[in-house]
Amino acid sequence: MPDTPRPAQPAPWLQIDGVSLEYRSPQRVVRATHQISLDVHQGDRFVLLGASGCGKSTLLKAIAGFITPTEGEIRLQGQPVRGPGPDRMVVFQEFDQLPPWKTVLANVMFPLLASRRLGKAEARERALDVLDKVGLASFAHVYPHQLSGGMKQRVAIARALAMQPQVLLMDEPFAALDALTRRKMQEELLALWDALRFTLVFVTHSIEEALVVGNRIGLLSPHPGRVRAEINSHAWDLHSAGSPDFQAAAQRIHHLLFEEAPAESPPTPAPQLAPWKNAA
Amino acid sequence: MSTPPTSLPASLPASLPTPPVRPEYERTLPPLPGLSLARPLPLAARAWQQPGLRRGLILLLLAVLWELLARWQDNDLLLPTFGATARALVEGLLSGELLQRAQLSLAVLLKGYLAGMALALGLTTLAVSTQFGRDLLATLTAMFNPLPAIALLPLALLWFGLGQGSLVFVLIHSVLWPLALNTYAGFQAVPETLRMAGRNYGLTGIRYVVQILIPAALPAILSGLKIGWAFAWRTLIAAELVFGATSGKGGLGWYIFQNRNELYTDKVFAGLALVIVIGLLVESLVFSNLERVTVRRWGVQR
Repeated sequence: MPDTPRPAQPAPWLQIDGVSLEYRSPQRVVRATHQISLDVHQGDRFVLLGASGCGKSTLLKAIAGFITPTEGEIRLQGQPVRGPGPDRMVVFQEFDQLPPWKTVLANVMFPLLASRRLGKAEARERALDVLDKVGLASFAHVYPHQLSGGMKQRVAIARALAMQPQVLLMDEPFAALDALTRRKMQEELLALWDALRFTLVFVTHSIEEALVVGNRIGLLSPHPGRVRAEINSHAWDLHSAGSPDFQAAAQRIHHLLFEEAPAESPPTPAPQLAPWKNAA
Repeated sequence: MSTPPTSLPASLPASLPTPPVRPEYERTLPPLPGLSLARPLPLAARAWQQPGLRRGLILLLLAVLWELLARWQDNDLLLPTFGATARALVEGLLSGELLQRAQLSLAVLLKGYLAGMALALGLTTLAVSTQFGRDLLATLTAMFNPLPAIALLPLALLWFGLGQGSLVFVLIHSVLWPLALNTYAGFQAVPETLRMAGRNYGLTGIRYVVQILIPAALPAILSGLKIGWAFAWRTLIAAELVFGATSGKGGLGWYIFQNRNELYTDKVFAGLALVIVIGLLVESLVFSNLERVTVRRWGVQR
C-alpha cells in the first residue's frame, strides 16, 4: 500500500549479481547459494524468504560483507562490497548483539562513535532522538540485561537506524520473540519505515511475516539457494493478514517454496506438514 | 497404577477423557489501590544480604577457634594465641617496621604484576589476530605454565644479580601465563554475533580488541587477574623466604624468615597475618569493587 510507483526503473540501489557463496567445513566445501541475482531499489522492503538451509542468512551476511562471494559481485550504489562496514548496518536475531557493558544510550551511540561519523555530543543527540522514535527514551540509561527481548531488538534497530545506513539488513530479527511481541515489532518497523523510508533487506522463514513486512519478496529454494521467484507484496499489511487473497498469496508462496504439484487442493493439514519436515 | 480409579466404569477400558464444556465469563478488573506490589525484606534478611557481615562472621569464628586451640595447646613457641599475634601485629605496625616491609614487598610485587599484565595482553592480542600468535601462546603456556617460579629464581639470580630485577623476573613469570591463558579463553568465548556487530561498526585491529574483545572477555580477564595476584604474592613471599633480602632491605618474607630464626613465633604469625590481611584488603577493596562497577553491573556475572 505505501509503495510509490517507480518512475521508469531507476538504477538499482543494491545489486546482487550472480552471487555464489560457499562455506568451508573441515571435510568439504559446501555451496550455500548458487548464482543469485536480485535487485533492491531505494526504499524497498525486500524480503529474502526460504526454508532453513536455503542460504538466505548467508546471503545477508555476504551483503553485510562478512562473507566474500566465490562468484559474482554485490554492489551498493555501483560500488562493490568489500568487507563489513557501517553503511550496511545489521540487526541480528540473537539478543547478544548488544554489548552488555554499555547502556542503551551508549549502545546506540557506539557505532556512530566507532565509525567516527559523529562527535560525542552529536551522537548523543541523535541516539536520544532515535530512542525516542522506538519508544525507549525512558530506558536510555539502563543496561541491556535489564531489558526484555523485544526491547533489546528495539535497541538493535535504533542503533542501526541512528547510523542512517544505506541499507538496513535484518537477519530474522523477530524470530526469537514471542508471537505477540513479534506482531507489535512488525507494526513498529512498518511505522518507522513509513516515517524514515530506509532501504531494508529482511530475512525470514515465515511466509506471513514476509507478506506483512515486505513490498517485494525473493523466494529462495534450498540446497543450494537459488532464486525461485520474486513476488510483489506491497498490497499486504498487518490488517490484511486474515483476508482471503492474503491467504491465497501465502498458499501460492507455500507451493512455490515446497515444489508441490500446482495448487489445486485446498489446504489440508497433512500435506502442509510433510514438506516442512523434508525441508528441515 | 496399582489402584484403579474407582469412578471409572469397568465397561470403558482406559476411556479417553472428555472435559465438560463450562460457561464463559468476562470480568472488568478494577485497580488495586491498597495493594503495594513490592515489599521491603525484613531487616535481618537484608543485613544477611551484606557480604561484609557474612564474611566478618566467618573471620570472627576462625579467630575464636584459633584462640581456643592455642590456649589448649599452651605453647607460645609452636602456636601463639590470636591475642598475642594481634599484639605483635599492632606493635609491628605501630613501630613502622611491618609497614615498611610490606611497602617494600608491594612495590616489587606491583612492578612484576603490571609488567606481567602488559605482556599477557600483548601475547593474547597477537594470539587472537594471527594463527602464528595462537600457536606461540599455546606452545609457550604449555611449556612455562607448569614451571614453578621459585625453580627459575636461581637462574634469574645468575642473569639479573641479587637485586629487584630477578624478583621482578620471576613475578612476571608467575603472572604472565595464567593471565594469558584466562584472557585468551575469555576472548574465545566472545559470542560470534557480538564480534560481527563490532566488525559491522567498522572496528578493526587494536580498536576491535580494546572496544569489543576486552570488555566482552572481562569476567575471564578479572578472574585471571585474581589468580595472577595470588600467584605473585606466593612467589614473592616464597622467594624472600628462600633467598632472603634482595637488595639490603628485605620485604615481608624476609621479616618472617628472620623472626623464625630468632624464634619470635608471634612475629612470624604477625607477618603471615599481614600477608593475609593485605590479600583480603585487595580482594574486598580492589577486585570486588572492580567487579561491582563492571561485570556485575553489566549483568554478565552474578
